[in-house]
Amino acid sequence: MTDMSAPSSGKTSLLRLDARTKKRNAAERRFRAYGAICVGIAVVALVVLMASILKNGTSAFFQTHITLDIELLESKLDKTGNRDIAEMSKVSTFGYAPLIKNAMEAKIEELGVDIEGLKKPQDMISKEAAAQLRRFVLANPDVVGGTYEFEFLASGRIDGYFKGRVTMESAERDKNVSPQQLMLADAMKEEGSLNTSFNWKFITWPDASENRPEAAGLGVAIIGSFYMMIVVLVLALPIGVAASIYLEEFAPKNWFTDLIEVNISNLAAVPSIVFGILGLAIFINFAGLPQSAPIVGGLVLTLMTLPTIIIATRASLKAVPPSIREAALGVGASKMQTVFHHVLPLAAPGILTGTIIGLAQALGETAPLLLIGMVAFVREYPSGPPEGFFDPAAALPVQVYNWTQRADPAFVERASGAIIVLLVFLLVMNLVAIILRRRFERRW
Amino acid sequence: MDDLRGIERAIEMQETKIAAKGVDVFYGDTHAIKDVNVEIAEKTVTAFIGPSGCGKSTFLRCLNRMNDTIDVARVSGSIMLDGEDIYDPKVDPVQLRAKVGMVFQKPNPFPKSIYDNIAYGPRIHGLASGKAELDEIVEKSLRRGAIWEEVKDRLDQPGTGLSGGQQQRLCIARAIATEPEVLLMDEPCSALDPIATAQVEELIDELRQNYSVVIVTHSMQQAARVSQKTAFFHLGDLVEFGETATIFTNPVDSRTESYITGRIG
Repeated sequence: MTDMSAPSSGKTSLLRLDARTKKRNAAERRFRAYGAICVGIAVVALVVLMASILKNGTSAFFQTHITLDIELLESKLDKTGNRDIAEMSKVSTFGYAPLIKNAMEAKIEELGVDIEGLKKPQDMISKEAAAQLRRFVLANPDVVGGTYEFEFLASGRIDGYFKGRVTMESAERDKNVSPQQLMLADAMKEEGSLNTSFNWKFITWPDASENRPEAAGLGVAIIGSFYMMIVVLVLALPIGVAASIYLEEFAPKNWFTDLIEVNISNLAAVPSIVFGILGLAIFINFAGLPQSAPIVGGLVLTLMTLPTIIIATRASLKAVPPSIREAALGVGASKMQTVFHHVLPLAAPGILTGTIIGLAQALGETAPLLLIGMVAFVREYPSGPPEGFFDPAAALPVQVYNWTQRADPAFVERASGAIIVLLVFLLVMNLVAIILRRRFERRW
Repeated sequence: MDDLRGIERAIEMQETKIAAKGVDVFYGDTHAIKDVNVEIAEKTVTAFIGPSGCGKSTFLRCLNRMNDTIDVARVSGSIMLDGEDIYDPKVDPVQLRAKVGMVFQKPNPFPKSIYDNIAYGPRIHGLASGKAELDEIVEKSLRRGAIWEEVKDRLDQPGTGLSGGQQQRLCIARAIATEPEVLLMDEPCSALDPIATAQVEELIDELRQNYSVVIVTHSMQQAARVSQKTAFFHLGDLVEFGETATIFTNPVDSRTESYITGRIG
């Protein structure tokens, strides 16, 4: 071993680096540079991702509204004049369209603008407006005959014009919007009857059909995702923790428990779509649970989350020093007392973190939900719990998937907005995990 | 040999508390304890000495069935506590451990308050009927653990915040809070400095008034200072067992002599 041989000639100076030290230092510098580059790549990727989502998505939270005075003509809405709800319900949304048309024409007159070739100015208002008007009238029959101010959503193209998605040139070739309408929109904006404001409807309203992207919201998806998270939490946490405690503290160590352990680890790696097929076969086809229901979604996600929770819980149980167990056993505590009085409280922060990470994973899961019908178009809000668990609902990631498939470019912004909402939820959950961890962390 | 104060100490004949006969312990295929016979007397300190890995701790852990928690450990032979076989299938180890307390090598207080550390045992065994009685038990145990004066003003603070020596005395107090009849100590001073060691040794000497104490130690001086009886283990065999004074001054076996004079171990 030549390395080991003592310096052959005289003394070496500490002030001069020898060849080996130089080489060692160079290697360390190189390694640091690699590390910095790797971190840099990750940061750049994150920044690009976030920036693109924010750039595309923030506009979804703002929407162009048009304020109009609508005269609720009795001759159109209640011909008999006795304010009978049953009779008034027979007037469909088509019956309300002329009111909006009249109001729009009145507005143009009031503005005093004369735009040559302006056709169908009422198309500037979302098709949702008639339904909005009808809901209002049926809820308050006494308003018929009066004139009220309403704030309607502008159509997706008009909204897109103010967000830069639609231009005069593109409007030329577009059959849904004309340059004249855009000129009118500019005039209305100047006058103040058209404005852009924060759009709570994006969060509270249900999804809308292909040709009215401006009215599409996340309400049903948020409720659906929330219900599913409740199901996952209520089922996966107790089952997962109980299973891990049994495996870790009580079960004998033999080939059978080894097999179970290997299987749990494998289960954690099973592609999520497989769980979807399982859910379809067992919960829907065999057990007869309804399709698109949060309960089925929750059950499938529970199966998916269980391995994560079990692995995290076992790891945190293992991390509790054996001296604590010996101490408890030494003063005559039974095995169960040892586990529940001493081991479990010490493992709690780890269990909570694992659970919340599992939940966050489940919240973002799309594939298994597609298979159990959560991809359906759902306009109705699910009712309150517990019946609501069996009502059809959507889920946040599935809503993103749904919207990205639609043709209207306005849905690109919607999908990015939904991703922002999803990310905010995930961020909040991770924050809760960190806070809980800090709160409960104890040293020994 | 100032350390051998035991020589002058008169040893009264005490009744046998624990009698072990033909005890063998296997860890999987390893034969850790080979046919050990020991009688531990009441109100006496018995020391187990021997080189590392000789099985003294293993044997100690047999006395309150702590080896049950190790899956691969197998114990055969008979260990009688007051004439009852503690390995009888009818015996619940939890009940046994309430009678035979244990103090471990590393101080291991629960990450709870000092008060709760002591109160835990009495609580789970239902020794106190009310808060006042529990307070009394806690104070008494801490006094007997010679740590009351140091902690009486901060009973609600975590036991893990004490110094090493204080933690160990807290653990001893915790062990005696459940009123055991036998106290097993597995190298209780190995993590302590000389001052804390002296305090614990003093404590052991006091505990002898009420308990039968079995102590495993690496330090021969300690064995000589605190014990009346000494057992020397070597490679799983009980080589020699007798009065401490005899073992240290006039060992019968050559291996014992080699060990106490520092030639092996």
